[in-house]
Amino acid sequence: MMSDQVSSESSRVQVNLAGLTKNDYRGNPSTLCQGCGHNSIASQIIAACYELNIVPENVVKFSGIGCSSKSPFYFLNRSFGFNGLHGRMPSLATGALFGDISLRGIGVSGDGDTASIGLGQFKHIIRRNVPLTYIIENNGVYGLTKGQFSATADEGLVLKKQGTNPYLPVDIAWEALVGHATFVARSFAGDPKQVKELIKAALSHRGIAVLDIISPCVTFNNQDGAMHSYSWGKEHEVALHELAYVPPAKEIMVDYEDGQIKEVTMHDGSMVLLKKLDLDYDPTSRTEAMRVLEDANAKQWLITGLIYVDQKPPALTELYNLPQEALNRLDASRIRPPRETIDQLNAMMF
Amino acid sequence: MDKGLTSIYTQSDIPVKQPPVINDFSITIATVNGSGSQTANLTLLRALFRMGIPVSGKNIFPSNIQGMPTWYTLRLSDAGFLARRQVHEVVVAMNPATFVSDLADVTSGGAFFYDDSIKVPIDRQDIAIYPMPIKQLVREAGTPSSLRDYIANMVYVGIVAQIIGIDTDKIWQALEFQFKGKEKAIDLNWGMVKAAVDWASVNLKKADRYFARQSNKTDGFIMADGNTAAALGSLYGGMHFCAWYPITPATSLAETVNEYVPVFRKDPVTGKNTCVVVQAEDELAAVGMIVGAGYAGLRAMTSTSGPGISLMTEYVGLAYFAEVPIVLWDVQRVGPSTGLPTRTSQGDLKQIYFMGHGDTRQIMLLPGSVTECFEFGWRAFDIADQYQTPVFVLSDLDFGMNQWMTRPFQYPDTPINRGKILWEEDLERRAVEAANGKGVSWGRYLDVDGDGIPYRTVPGNRHPAAAYFARGTGHDEYGRYSESAEVWERNMKRLKKKVDGAVLNLPEPVVKRMDGAEIGFLAFGSTDDAIMEAIHMLTQRGQKIDYMRLRALPSPSQVGEFIQQHQRTYVIELNRDGQLRQILSVEFPDLAAKMVSLAHLDGMPLSAEWLVDAFLAEEVQ
Repeated sequence: MMSDQVSSESSRVQVNLAGLTKNDYRGNPSTLCQGCGHNSIASQIIAACYELNIVPENVVKFSGIGCSSKSPFYFLNRSFGFNGLHGRMPSLATGALFGDISLRGIGVSGDGDTASIGLGQFKHIIRRNVPLTYIIENNGVYGLTKGQFSATADEGLVLKKQGTNPYLPVDIAWEALVGHATFVARSFAGDPKQVKELIKAALSHRGIAVLDIISPCVTFNNQDGAMHSYSWGKEHEVALHELAYVPPAKEIMVDYEDGQIKEVTMHDGSMVLLKKLDLDYDPTSRTEAMRVLEDANAKQWLITGLIYVDQKPPALTELYNLPQEALNRLDASRIRPPRETIDQLNAMMF
Repeated sequence: MDKGLTSIYTQSDIPVKQPPVINDFSITIATVNGSGSQTANLTLLRALFRMGIPVSGKNIFPSNIQGMPTWYTLRLSDAGFLARRQVHEVVVAMNPATFVSDLADVTSGGAFFYDDSIKVPIDRQDIAIYPMPIKQLVREAGTPSSLRDYIANMVYVGIVAQIIGIDTDKIWQALEFQFKGKEKAIDLNWGMVKAAVDWASVNLKKADRYFARQSNKTDGFIMADGNTAAALGSLYGGMHFCAWYPITPATSLAETVNEYVPVFRKDPVTGKNTCVVVQAEDELAAVGMIVGAGYAGLRAMTSTSGPGISLMTEYVGLAYFAEVPIVLWDVQRVGPSTGLPTRTSQGDLKQIYFMGHGDTRQIMLLPGSVTECFEFGWRAFDIADQYQTPVFVLSDLDFGMNQWMTRPFQYPDTPINRGKILWEEDLERRAVEAANGKGVSWGRYLDVDGDGIPYRTVPGNRHPAAAYFARGTGHDEYGRYSESAEVWERNMKRLKKKVDGAVLNLPEPVVKRMDGAEIGFLAFGSTDDAIMEAIHMLTQRGQKIDYMRLRALPSPSQVGEFIQQHQRTYVIELNRDGQLRQILSVEFPDLAAKMVSLAHLDGMPLSAEWLVDAFLAEEVQ
């Protein structure tokens, strides 16, 4: 189904419909730990953008501070990027995305960055429905400062130097949902195919798309039994559905039995096909989404997939009656009122 | 008492022995805040202005919505001295809670108007007393009960106008302006004013010597407040993006931007807006948004006050280091902490000058009039873009929230300067040149011109080599992460060189000299009126003074020269520690001993009387 699976033996360099090779989507070599979940997510961002034929110059990357926030340097070198302040990537992205509203935003944050200092900005970027794919690489610990509990660490988690975590965790997907996020997904870095399909869907979303991706920290929090570990994720992942992203104007080639497929049409005309698994799940119902999250918590499931989506609300940048051209390219004569207005202006004073 | 008086009111019988005082006195109106007195006070202010009388209005108000005392002082001065005075010739007492002290404040020979429902004995024989039957007149006017409290203030407008001699046509014009031509509101207020005028003409006899007379000294001036000027200046500066969070006294700045975007920044052809305003969740986000917008090639501004500046510190440090142009208006109020949020101050100088951890250097513009608030409103963007760095504009509550008689706003006299931005064709040309061995390929932080100012690209530039990764971490000339000692040092020195260069292009100080002056006054901002008046007063005593008004920091060398040229230079400012003097002592350490601090601390605008006293006290020593 996917173009990168075709003719992998071919000797000529494979290009996508944008005429670009996968190399055009790469970043600098990662300096994160070997096996870090974040590296896997970076690879899936590259793959998703390549497969969606996105021109890298049409993307802007944002991040805050922490291991996760370093990762935008490891993908899409040809995209602009801004590594901002701890917990304050959302405000940075909000302002920057007005520069040229034809650009797509990808924000990468971590659980320390989003769920602690950044919780306020996280809730407010959601409220404003900023057109941003907001990925939280969630591992339950502070990596760069060497292994302290983060706000998403489970109560009772035992870490070598820290002892036992006495506090309750922040649930990022829940917070997004409660805040009226228009796209909420949860995934697991150990399930790269799902991560990739969800990123594609997120990039086709009209407003804010929150992806809470459990991304194990192999150095500080990957012991068996830890909720953010690879082994726990593998044993406890319960996918809501099997996802397949279908680009706009492409015939649906996937062969599913009747009644097994739920189609979600995205704002750009693309479609996300959700193949029913054990649960009969409707991601367009907010109440359902809340129920399934609560249920999963009670059953100790790592529920993954597209939890909630609503394509109708306009994105922030659609609310300002802005011109077609990018604001940052407007000629000086379009942004300074003409000379003759100054008398009118003075007459408006007393 | 005249036989003609039909009312039961008694007036003091002091005859008008002394010569009349025309257009040279103050009127202080004491009211309860939230009662709508601001409209009445502005009406008086504007009517006087329309009479051609130079006038200022200063609102001394509480941090409260309703029920606390507030004072509004109008100063009339044909000579054009409009600073706050500490003498009150005419007092209007509408607030029972402050009645006793308001009565005591009237200068001997002055006039006292009061709401006659306030039953406090009046024991002054040396002033003219004018009782005002506010309740009765409001009732007789048939005002709906829901509006009575608001309309009551128009009674004192009418009575004061009748006794002082304010032209009622001008009052009508002021009301028409205030209510933007809405007939119902104008009629309601005008009816009350007229009834009060009529009542006073029959029932009160002029018993004081203060008169407003038609003059011609306001030609070529407008009335405006500093926040409005700043907002409009920003819109004329091509601002694309404004993010803000409400805070007194800066709130009306962003609100005014919002109000005027549809007037001045809606494209007449397409009907599309070219300026975005976002009310942020706090100042941390407001500054984050403008840093994002500035990075993305937008002219971005936020407006705030001291506490907001504190919250913005970290992002400003990043903007300085990542070289993002942003503009920040600080409408200063009294700190530290919440301080006196409705009083004026120049207390954020030190904080902004040194803002950010590590070595930083922030550019500050210091407007000294409302029309300069407009000018610096647009100019700040040119400086920020040219030097790719944060630019602060320091106004204060006195400018921001009070109406000032000021010169009309001038259309920008220089074209918009976006600084060194490269688009696709620029990059392509450079790439070709580099390939031919001419010049170097583009690097975000490469100092090509030797002025420390690199070339930048902005998101949306589709050239494959346009992108770079902005960051707060160490980076080399190509924006790549670096922990190299040499790279770090080189970059930090370039940043210093860049801002040093900017200092030479900031608005220059304004200097007024006298032959043979050995004393210098050095100041900035809203104190200008009081300083000019104090110099006038001191000149009459034979004192000669040169006066330099700073318009930006860091200071250029002529500031040091000015200090050097004088035996003593008095640094005049509104704070406790003499922050400008401290900064100048850092900039010109050899001259520190030649500077004397005259710092006015109490949250009130500077008065000439205070300055003269403070100066003379220092000179005696």
